[in-house]
Amino acid sequence: MASKGRLARISGPVVVAKGLEGAKLYDVVKVGELGLSGEIIKIVGDSCIVQVYEDTSGLKPGEPVVGTGVPLSVELGPGILRSIYDGIQRPLDKIREKSGTYIARGIEVPALDRKTKWEFRATRKKGEKVDVGDILGEVRETEVITHRVLSPYAGKVTDLSSGKYTVEDGIGGMEVAGKKVPLKLYHKWTVRKPRPYREKLPPVVPLSTGMRVIDTFAPIAKGGTACIPGPFGSGKTVTQQSLAKWSDAEIVVYIGCGERGNEMTEVLNEFPKLLDPKSGKPLMERTVLIANTSNMPVAAREASIYTGITLAEYYRDMGYGVSLMADSTSRWAEALREISGRLEEMPGEEGYPAYLARKLAEFYERAGRVKTLGTDERFGSVTITGAVSPPGGDISEPVSQNTLRVTKVFLALDASLAHRRHFPAIHWLNSYSLYTGTLDPWYEENLSADFPAMRNAAMALLQKEAELQEVVQLVGPDALPEKEQEILIISRMLREDYLQQSAYHEVDAFSSMRKQYLMLKNIMRFHERATAAVDLGVQLKGLLGLKVREKIGRMKEIPEDKQKELEAIYKEIDSEFDSLTSKR
Amino acid sequence: MKEYKTVTQIAGPLVFVENVSGVAYNELVEVTMPSGEKQKGQVLDVSENVAVVQVFGSTSGLNTTSTSVKFLGETMRLGVTGDMLGRVFSGIGEPKDRSPKPVPEDRLDINGAAINPYSRQEPRDFIQTGISTIDAMNTLVRGQKLPIFSASGLPHNQLAVQIARQAKVKGGEEKEDFAVIFAAVGITNEEAYFFMRDFEKTGALERAVLFLNLADDPSVERLITPRLALTTAEYLAFEKDMHVLVIITDMTNYCEALREISSARQEVPGRRGYPGYMYTDLSTIYERAGRVVGKKGTVTQFPILTMPADDITHPIPDLTGYITEGQIVLSRDLHRKNIYPPVDPLPSLSRLMNLGIGKERTREDHRGVSDQLYAGYANGRDLRSLSAVVGEESLTEVDRKYLRFADEFEKKFITQGPYEDRSIEQTLDLGWDLLSALPEDELKRVKKEYIEKYGKRHAK
Repeated sequence: MASKGRLARISGPVVVAKGLEGAKLYDVVKVGELGLSGEIIKIVGDSCIVQVYEDTSGLKPGEPVVGTGVPLSVELGPGILRSIYDGIQRPLDKIREKSGTYIARGIEVPALDRKTKWEFRATRKKGEKVDVGDILGEVRETEVITHRVLSPYAGKVTDLSSGKYTVEDGIGGMEVAGKKVPLKLYHKWTVRKPRPYREKLPPVVPLSTGMRVIDTFAPIAKGGTACIPGPFGSGKTVTQQSLAKWSDAEIVVYIGCGERGNEMTEVLNEFPKLLDPKSGKPLMERTVLIANTSNMPVAAREASIYTGITLAEYYRDMGYGVSLMADSTSRWAEALREISGRLEEMPGEEGYPAYLARKLAEFYERAGRVKTLGTDERFGSVTITGAVSPPGGDISEPVSQNTLRVTKVFLALDASLAHRRHFPAIHWLNSYSLYTGTLDPWYEENLSADFPAMRNAAMALLQKEAELQEVVQLVGPDALPEKEQEILIISRMLREDYLQQSAYHEVDAFSSMRKQYLMLKNIMRFHERATAAVDLGVQLKGLLGLKVREKIGRMKEIPEDKQKELEAIYKEIDSEFDSLTSKR
Repeated sequence: MKEYKTVTQIAGPLVFVENVSGVAYNELVEVTMPSGEKQKGQVLDVSENVAVVQVFGSTSGLNTTSTSVKFLGETMRLGVTGDMLGRVFSGIGEPKDRSPKPVPEDRLDINGAAINPYSRQEPRDFIQTGISTIDAMNTLVRGQKLPIFSASGLPHNQLAVQIARQAKVKGGEEKEDFAVIFAAVGITNEEAYFFMRDFEKTGALERAVLFLNLADDPSVERLITPRLALTTAEYLAFEKDMHVLVIITDMTNYCEALREISSARQEVPGRRGYPGYMYTDLSTIYERAGRVVGKKGTVTQFPILTMPADDITHPIPDLTGYITEGQIVLSRDLHRKNIYPPVDPLPSLSRLMNLGIGKERTREDHRGVSDQLYAGYANGRDLRSLSAVVGEESLTEVDRKYLRFADEFEKKFITQGPYEDRSIEQTLDLGWDLLSALPEDELKRVKKEYIEKYGKRHAK
């Protein structure tokens, strides 16, 4: 179906090709003598407008343009995990083997290695009827993840056998509507089309992230959507990376979209060394990275988001819980804007194209907890967390606003918290989660019946603190009644000893839900006893002098396997207050 | 080579040439003016018979009848060689020191190519700048890009030369090749003279390459100067195994030039008239820093920019901050208090700090001391505004201690002389010294054992 045309005009990443017969919108084309990859984004009469995924310097009018007849697609099969791809699924490690330190142009490398042999274990037999999405067999892709090979067709298995195969080898065949088709370990899927599922379900299970401020006050649901807007330096990337490290998703897709090269290197260096708290295996075993750094071509940056979400959906269809991080969606929106400007489209707000809102909504809508295709009952989910980088930290701009309208969790990063090194700099009052209501039954059942109430009480204290601080700004803390001063003490405890969490501390970086519950319980118990003591006339000095306060301050350093110590602190609080009040 | 006399339109720096063939996008051109004077330029847009050329330099004196345009058949390249060290060049790479042009060993595309993220290595070697606020709280590492956010009237140039003079790798006894590349972008002759004199005085010029685009040079050249500097830096680092520190000043002038060209091209403007692609454009400069696998040398970037009206949310510092690995922010308030260097630690940040500090790199207590100093100073500053309202008397005992801590911190820790070179140990000990004025149970950011080990030495 390859048709051939010629280049007519070059202006940055957008070029015009003429004479491409039968070309369709979003078809991939190879541009120029170098064969640079591009995609048709507009057709006017005989002219095809192409966005090119590589630098276009040196291209001349008249050079050939070859249409491939297929839209931008990714290869789905074993070997995706542990990889690092660019925005159009070219493996960066293989590119380095070919072109060295820099990325040369016009390099073509298959996304999945053609030489690796995978041990395939067939779970279906000859003669069996299978539906689209049914599991044909399994491949152990990494130490922790079993790759389920899904049937792309509905029909009858004519031949399927276990053995060692490369992704190109035939593993068997099927009879589909009277025709014989071969089966392979991989297939292709176009990135701009969401993969189908049977049914979308409401998100009712929390995604445990190990970050106390998120899990307790703004929980993300599995299959939900969250956004993290914040000015530079407020910790978007550290938060995203912590989520990638510690959230209890089975698969992590991390998209570095128009961000720093060194950050991707950090992930690449760190993930193979960090161990998953659940499996004890390196985090890299369940991770795929997509890196299109800021200085790589913008058109590929636009595509990177779609490449990432398609890979995520593929693992979802196998029945896994997938967590996708996109850092940052603002850079993706800017790529849209840049391309739109080159197309001389009528700009919308701040120069962004008018279809920005629709594109953002379409992307976030690809998240969800679903019942997958296939005859067996399989459930999978894709959770999306998107970082937003609003100019000047002002979220009244179009990308933030359109994102807020479609995402359900808002994690508000705050520059003033970051400046005083309160990390994670997620503001507890400004952040929200619309999942709290749907998740509470899960907490009551799996954690503790009193958790939602305790969380609400703690939040009320923090709210109250904000009000009191305004008064303190005017009259000083000493002018407040003792009861309100006590609230200030507790809320400070909540902020410093609970919400503050070091992403770099070996123990503190991750807090299980159970540990969070015990920590919060201790602080709230302290509050309860302190209020009672103040009512009895105990002076604040007495409260401040309690030894257990120091222990509460160091609760976060208690390792997960020593949760008993947290329970002991609870008893200590009681006994210290008992002796304090009995003295009177 | 093809030469055309078919110029049909001239608009600002843009020249439209018709009836061309075989012209490549981004190709370099030579424009001969009616007076015989020659100018370089670049192809911005090319279709089947029209090429749009952007001229580097002034277009005054051009006409449509007797101007000729020669297409040179290649994109803009810079001839590079190790002999460039000690030399001064103009903003487009012509020698400016009356010596002949060095014989190039290689000719490189000045736009460079994107470093494969997989080829990068994490920057991790601590660079001691001798400045406490940077070393202790916003540590610089080799291969980092750390801009100085300054404003008109602040001593950023002085700070930049101090860093260039003092920067060294801790324990770097072994002889390592280093070089400083200095790119002046649209700065005044006076400022350029300040840098030149300081480089000469300290003997740093021998190890330096200077590219000077001054305020009265054509603004289009400003888009080229930093790229020449970085091409040279990459060559020296990755081919000649040198550790290169690139100082670019002032990036604000670069962005102004970008806006000027964009408006001449009649592009749809983004925020405050700057082009929508400014982020991408800046990243092709800033991302050219780092360490790569298998190469000994490194490129560290120190861009300087002045924030218009001290506004950190202005598009120039804003987009820069989103690309660079932190920022050093100079504060007018501190400068007014006669504090040098007026580095405000609170909005400053080094993202790669964790990679370069700690045991075996600086000292095990570094992270904790830094966090504690931050928290203490931030708290003290908050209390300052509170005490201005309610009076110092109505603060608690502990609060008053914080207030004094903040004052002492500014006086002893931030303040240092322009020739004072503090080692990291001196800096951290100074930190403990100040922290010892706070009650011990307030020191929650440092590990207890370190209080015993390092803090107690200073307790009064």
